Amino acid sequence: MYLYDQYDQAMVDARVAEFRDQTRRRLEGKLSEDQFKPLRLMNGLYLQLHAYMLRVAVPYGTLSSRQMHALADIADRYDRGYGHYTTRQNIQYNWIRLEDAPDILADLAAVEMHAIQTSGNCIRNISSDHFAGAAADELVDPRPYAELLRQWSSFHPEFTYLPRKFKIAVIASDTDRAAMKLHDIGIQIVRNEAGELGAAFYVGGGMGRTPMIAPLISDFVPLDQLITYAEACLRVYNRHGRRDNKYKARIKILVHELGPDEYTRQVEEEFAHLLDQGVEPPLAELERVKGYFELPETLRYPGAGRDPALAESLDSDLRQNDDFRLWFERNTHSHRHPDHVSAVISLKPVGGIPGDASAEQMHLMADLAREYSFDECRVMHTQNIVLPHVRISDLRALWTRLEAAGLGSPNLDTIEDIIACPGLDYCSLANARSIPVAQKISQRFAASGRTAVLGELKLKISGCINACGHHHAGHIGILGVDRKGKENYQLLLGGSEAQDTSLARITGPGFDEDGIVGAVEKATDVYLANRAEGERFLDTYRRIGMEPFKEALYG
Amino acid sequence: MIVLTGNDLKSGAVVWWTGADWSVHVDDAVDVGDEADIITAREEAARRVNAPYAIEAARDERGVRPAHIKDRIRALGPTVRPDLTLKPAEPDIGNWVI
Repeated sequence: MYLYDQYDQAMVDARVAEFRDQTRRRLEGKLSEDQFKPLRLMNGLYLQLHAYMLRVAVPYGTLSSRQMHALADIADRYDRGYGHYTTRQNIQYNWIRLEDAPDILADLAAVEMHAIQTSGNCIRNISSDHFAGAAADELVDPRPYAELLRQWSSFHPEFTYLPRKFKIAVIASDTDRAAMKLHDIGIQIVRNEAGELGAAFYVGGGMGRTPMIAPLISDFVPLDQLITYAEACLRVYNRHGRRDNKYKARIKILVHELGPDEYTRQVEEEFAHLLDQGVEPPLAELERVKGYFELPETLRYPGAGRDPALAESLDSDLRQNDDFRLWFERNTHSHRHPDHVSAVISLKPVGGIPGDASAEQMHLMADLAREYSFDECRVMHTQNIVLPHVRISDLRALWTRLEAAGLGSPNLDTIEDIIACPGLDYCSLANARSIPVAQKISQRFAASGRTAVLGELKLKISGCINACGHHHAGHIGILGVDRKGKENYQLLLGGSEAQDTSLARITGPGFDEDGIVGAVEKATDVYLANRAEGERFLDTYRRIGMEPFKEALYG
Repeated sequence: MIVLTGNDLKSGAVVWWTGADWSVHVDDAVDVGDEADIITAREEAARRVNAPYAIEAARDERGVRPAHIKDRIRALGPTVRPDLTLKPAEPDIGNWVI
């Protein structure tokens, strides 16, 4: 994985020193809150319901075991023994003291991490496929391009005060595991008919109060012009984005109002202008960055197929233990090397808080990454953790240790694998609590034994219209609202953030906290009564439409 | 009653105006009547509190209860982590929030 060079480290160290001085001046009364607030937000420090909250960037979700240990240490030393993994592949701490914040940033800098650009109207953490570099179905590892974008966007002077925040995702497979088309810019590395690699640009997607799917504005940008094209996209937005209205300031509104064709025309014009301006980093830099993402030596040459002895050993383990078999079938993903898989550690125990991990669990995950996954782990936008390169002969031992730590839930992509924002339990923007609803749903379905019967069913909950819980993209989505001072929950159906991206539709009037759990159950009843062979919940919904669900819910 | 709340500047902890100082216990909050603006301006300037604001609340047999659920959660702590609330020994304290 990428390691800081002297410039990266110097930039981050300088920012720590700067923020330490700013914090001192705030505590001494030399800065007012109005003056200090934008400075702390530039370093990821929010003021939330109960305390300051620090959001730490995890570029494209990739962490070394050393970094994961450091995150655990921060949870222990400065917080209340846990952290919360977010839908932007980041981690948040909920109980931070202002006077500790500079020391935390220094601890992060010591392991090549920071909290810069995790807030504010700037380019946020670049996200990517959590199976990047390991997935059997990808063209190339998308992370070198994500890293190049990270370097380009870090402290970019022109894009520090955009009309609104800006989110970029990069993938390199036809299967979208990063909600790419629901980003301000979604980039897919593709191959053209001549066999050359390039980048398809999707611009103007997003969730929030006005969800939109990004249209394709260029199907092939040569890779040695990728940064320049991104700069052109940002320049047009920075020039014409709606700074007069916060709710219309995202790029999706600009692309929608101009129309994709006119926006694209302006981008192409700007791109032509920029091409001879020296924006693009030299190819040597890309090659240098790529070098950091090369697979470990033993994974580079996949051979003809799975080693027969390893396959037999795995089969034997699977036959001996049904729980292990269920976890293997549900929580592992095919790897480009047939003797390995990517293993997903679920942070969704039944009745638990989606995305939360204790310091002890983080230390364990770091140890397991070191022992079983070439020292690397990933944060998923679905709030789980991936060990990307696990040898199949190690799986049984890995699962045994996960089980013992409460991290072995076999529920990836099931109705128990719920995305939930922090909601009103933690977030000052929220209108309703998300976590208790997630807890009740997972408990209800686990108790009824229905989870496995339902198969793939992605349920996502947001506690307000800002949609941090991706409710627009859930096969089943739940949106918490404030209805005359009471929590109320709207039910949505039919969303997807995969390659078949679609936006969920509201079923009708909302429900109270217990009512929404029953409503979800009724929606699954409709699915089970109508599904055809091999259909997921989403497939059945798309085939039969909203009416049968409405009838069951309100009829 | 009208009570004042904010966050402690150093720790970020939720605090309530007691008439003389700031307390982490909502039951210590006093009715400030129409003096909210004067007190918040003075206390913020003295850096004893961050981002203070006035809310409606009511005093009943269990103490001071903010009118809005958001402030009740601020007063208690996250309902999903009773161990991290101000009253970890009361298992049904979440009902007070709802």
